[in-house]
Amino acid sequence: MTAVLPSRTPAPERPTGGRLIDQFEYGLDAPICLTWELTYACNLACVHCLSSSGRRDPRELSTAEAEAVIDELQRMQVFYVNVGGGEPTVRPDFWHLLDYAIGHDVGVKFSTNGVKLDRARAEQLARTDYVDVQISLDGATAEVNDAVRGAGSFATATRALENLAEAGMKDFKVSVVVTRENAGQLDEFKALTDRYGAQLRITRLRPSGRGADVWDQLHPTQAQQRELYQWLLANGDNVLTGDSFFHLSAFGEALPGLNLCGAGRVVCLIDPVGDVYACPFAIHENFLAGNVRDEGGFQRVWQSSELFADLRSPQTGGACTKCAHFDACRGGCMAAKFFTGLPLDGPDPECVQGYGETALAARDAATVTPKSHIDHSHKGPVRGQPTLLGMPSIPKAAPARICDESPLAGLDLR
Amino acid sequence: MRGVLIDAPVAAPAEPMSDAGAAFDPALPWRRARSVALRPEPFGALVYHFGNRKLSFLKSKTLVTVVETLADHPSAEATLVACGVPEAQRPAYVSALADLARSQMIEVRTSSPPTARELAAGPCDEAAPEDS
Repeated sequence: MTAVLPSRTPAPERPTGGRLIDQFEYGLDAPICLTWELTYACNLACVHCLSSSGRRDPRELSTAEAEAVIDELQRMQVFYVNVGGGEPTVRPDFWHLLDYAIGHDVGVKFSTNGVKLDRARAEQLARTDYVDVQISLDGATAEVNDAVRGAGSFATATRALENLAEAGMKDFKVSVVVTRENAGQLDEFKALTDRYGAQLRITRLRPSGRGADVWDQLHPTQAQQRELYQWLLANGDNVLTGDSFFHLSAFGEALPGLNLCGAGRVVCLIDPVGDVYACPFAIHENFLAGNVRDEGGFQRVWQSSELFADLRSPQTGGACTKCAHFDACRGGCMAAKFFTGLPLDGPDPECVQGYGETALAARDAATVTPKSHIDHSHKGPVRGQPTLLGMPSIPKAAPARICDESPLAGLDLR
Repeated sequence: MRGVLIDAPVAAPAEPMSDAGAAFDPALPWRRARSVALRPEPFGALVYHFGNRKLSFLKSKTLVTVVETLADHPSAEATLVACGVPEAQRPAYVSALADLARSQMIEVRTSSPPTARELAAGPCDEAAPEDS
């Protein structure tokens, strides 16, 4: 892959003063926060998993290595980390690392499907300062949720929400990826969240990981995007978005937030094996900046990697810079463009001005969308595996008969 | 501002520009709040409140010095003088400090009159319009 990044001026000088957003484009000495995926292991097999998680990687950071990363984040004053996976709580040392981070001035916000949040853990969390919990839910009803996250996952998540609410946990979040199937449920999500005394957080579906396989079918339509934008303008004060929808700002009114791609500038991802990527939606070798196990550790990757230096130059060329809305959306999401095979200096595939659809339609028939070589998806069947109709699913490898592997299989005992 | 990535509610950037400085008494002794960390950056500094999870930005190096040395002086006013803030710019610095007080990034240092205490613990919504 050549010409990975949009054309930028070489090594520009950082301006003094001016808007913060312009300062952020030049990067910071340390990330404001970063995403840290602790494991690729997951009990679920969500069809849109951004990290293609399922099976643990044998090279995952050990407890001691993870502690060393936390020590480094403390030295760099990274105030908090967004911990995810995979399902982070299936790591046996998860609770230890949580305490270790908090004890070293690194706040933790973790995302979970709720599988381990029984009453005792919920009470433990409620007693812990500086920890935030996000329960993932991608449908306001079991039907919509379980179609993408798997049978029983709605029940697991709502049980966790109940436990947190009963334990008196404050400010926990319900985290929703907006899809074509649930875009009409925003008010229901809000009501559900309010019922548990939680806070709603909605984010954008990216064509990353297994999300690439279902993006065409699941990403919100143009009409839904407009409704989402209106809904955010009306309800945005009470809903977290993670700056996720800044591409919608090109509808007219800027949404609250950064309105800037923070990849490699103010955020990044550390994956379970210690690889550092520009952002959590960009697990691909083109966006790999280094590894925390390398000489100089995370700090050196953040401050000296060539990739991040490139990302910290403002975009100066490309189709989008000529658009009247460029200042509002800044060309949108880098990962969304990349994984749909669009040029990085062109429009976002979900560009609300319609340029993305045109660009998608204009793709060469021979265009092969980039595929990540990192895939930890379950290879065998998973209990409750989602069966999104028409979705390419994991081939059913179930034994043809009960106990096929048993020496007695097939033996007629009558 | 809220992030996928950056989920900390962001208090309005503290810069010596705006004029919203009504709810802050510069004659009192102040300090950086105990649960607040400050990280120098090329443009000034990032400040983060571990308790209310607010993030704010100090948009000038002088303001960084002011916040860091508040605790060394008998009042916020005295700090501004000591840091060499020109008289004409002092009202702007006072409003920046008022923003920081509203988002609880700085706090009154010793026991203070009830009114001031009330202000220091007041709601932060104005300082963080995008906060919920």
